[in-house]
Amino acid sequence: MQNAWQPTCRLEYLRLRAQILQQIRGFFSARNVLEVETPILGHACGTDPQLDFFSTTYDLGYKKEQLFLQTSPEFAMKRLLCAGSGSIFQIAKAFRNGESGRFHNPEFTMLEWYQVGYNLVDLMTEVDELLNFLSAEYLTLQATQQFSYQEIFLRLTGLDPLGFSYDEYSAFASSKNQPEALTLCGKDHNLWLDFIFSHHVQPSLGQSGFCLVYGYPATQSSLACVNIKNPKIVDRVEVFFKGIELGNGYYELQDAQEQSQRFDTEIQCRQETNRPVVVKDELLISALQQGLPECSGIAIGLDRLLMILTQSASIEEVLGFPIQRV
Amino acid sequence: MAIYSTNEFKSGLKVMLDNDPCAIIENEFVKPGKGQAFNRVKIRNLKTGRVIERTFKSGDSLESADVVDVEMQYLYNDGEFRHFMTPESFEQYQCDAKAVGDASKWLKDQDMCTVTLWNDAPLSVTPANFVELTIVETDPGVRGDTSGGGGKPAVLDTGAVVRVPLFVQQGEMIKVDTRTGEYISRVKD
Repeated sequence: MQNAWQPTCRLEYLRLRAQILQQIRGFFSARNVLEVETPILGHACGTDPQLDFFSTTYDLGYKKEQLFLQTSPEFAMKRLLCAGSGSIFQIAKAFRNGESGRFHNPEFTMLEWYQVGYNLVDLMTEVDELLNFLSAEYLTLQATQQFSYQEIFLRLTGLDPLGFSYDEYSAFASSKNQPEALTLCGKDHNLWLDFIFSHHVQPSLGQSGFCLVYGYPATQSSLACVNIKNPKIVDRVEVFFKGIELGNGYYELQDAQEQSQRFDTEIQCRQETNRPVVVKDELLISALQQGLPECSGIAIGLDRLLMILTQSASIEEVLGFPIQRV
Repeated sequence: MAIYSTNEFKSGLKVMLDNDPCAIIENEFVKPGKGQAFNRVKIRNLKTGRVIERTFKSGDSLESADVVDVEMQYLYNDGEFRHFMTPESFEQYQCDAKAVGDASKWLKDQDMCTVTLWNDAPLSVTPANFVELTIVETDPGVRGDTSGGGGKPAVLDTGAVVRVPLFVQQGEMIKVDTRTGEYISRVKD
């Protein structure tokens, strides 16, 4: 291709990106949140059953080691929190193998931050403030909406996401002319939730402003705390705008033993589905044993935020060089 | 037979789905941040022309379909079949009305068009994007009108009806875009 050397985004979007980065730094500096940098390379990486990583070889001459490109800066940032850093934020590159599409580029920019002493509600308030602050100049938005996962799922599908009924779920899929869901999802509740949420719930979220969905089913817990009042849900929040997933946050799990068990479960799940083998982050477990302060944290995809601010249809329009041009 | 995985699905790729040859129109990667990745795919069934949406787990695969587009010359209509010929090998193919479909109204003897073959049997016919046809019937035009606003219906020698500007006359040859069915210009000899 003749023009393959050129950036895919308009030059004014480079300037917009620079301005947004500055505004983010201003927002957090005014709140005394410390900007940090953590390594992109690591001996361990996230164990999420659905994430694939890039890895590379570190050549020491006398031996070689496998290093992973981080799928998010979460683990290293939590080690800083355990070491007493106080509230921190980072604007970092993250890498996820195989993810490419209108909303995905395998290398992307994340804004991740942790607020010590915040519960999930405090964090949601701050997310709302930040997003509205960043978008004020570009978009006219209605007030941010908040729904519990169960409430919005029930309203849009008539199904209860916390109680799995194969008959009801499959009848719903058939009524939506998606009989393939029955073979895709089988009896796996989590797969059904992913399928139905991404096809029939997510697309209508945040049509006129940002939308926060909290209280995810406990089966989709990741690194979030189980809710103290309802063990069926976890204190996890996701941010949406016009059907685009923008971020994922938790009231962070502090229990080292439980975290370690969740990693083991996920590693086993990866084995069963023949995903590449990951190395569990023992340094994070040690840090959690030392003690993670009570905190909440979230990661926001900055490229997608730029897509939203510029009303771009594809992530390429806001990236200088997407994967096809590197 | 080749196998294509969801991440190779591109617009135009021909695959077998439910035993029918299909063409991928659109492939959207859908992934909840922490959840299962899906590919929501828009597919045209090349036999029926119907467009359906189907969701796959990312990484799933489909068999390729032996579907090829061949440039052929349209020869004649024998009443039941229309006959086409490849200009290089002089190989002839006959297509029934179902395969020819809407293309019939743009096909003029000797014109080139695209015949889609599945396992060497005609599946569909696509006319050239632009064809030049003669107006066989239209109302007399209004002298001096060059704006093209409004227009009038005109019947072409293949039977197609298109809207033409008022100044275009019966017996004239015009250029038409077959994808939209719109008049483009007059053809000067």
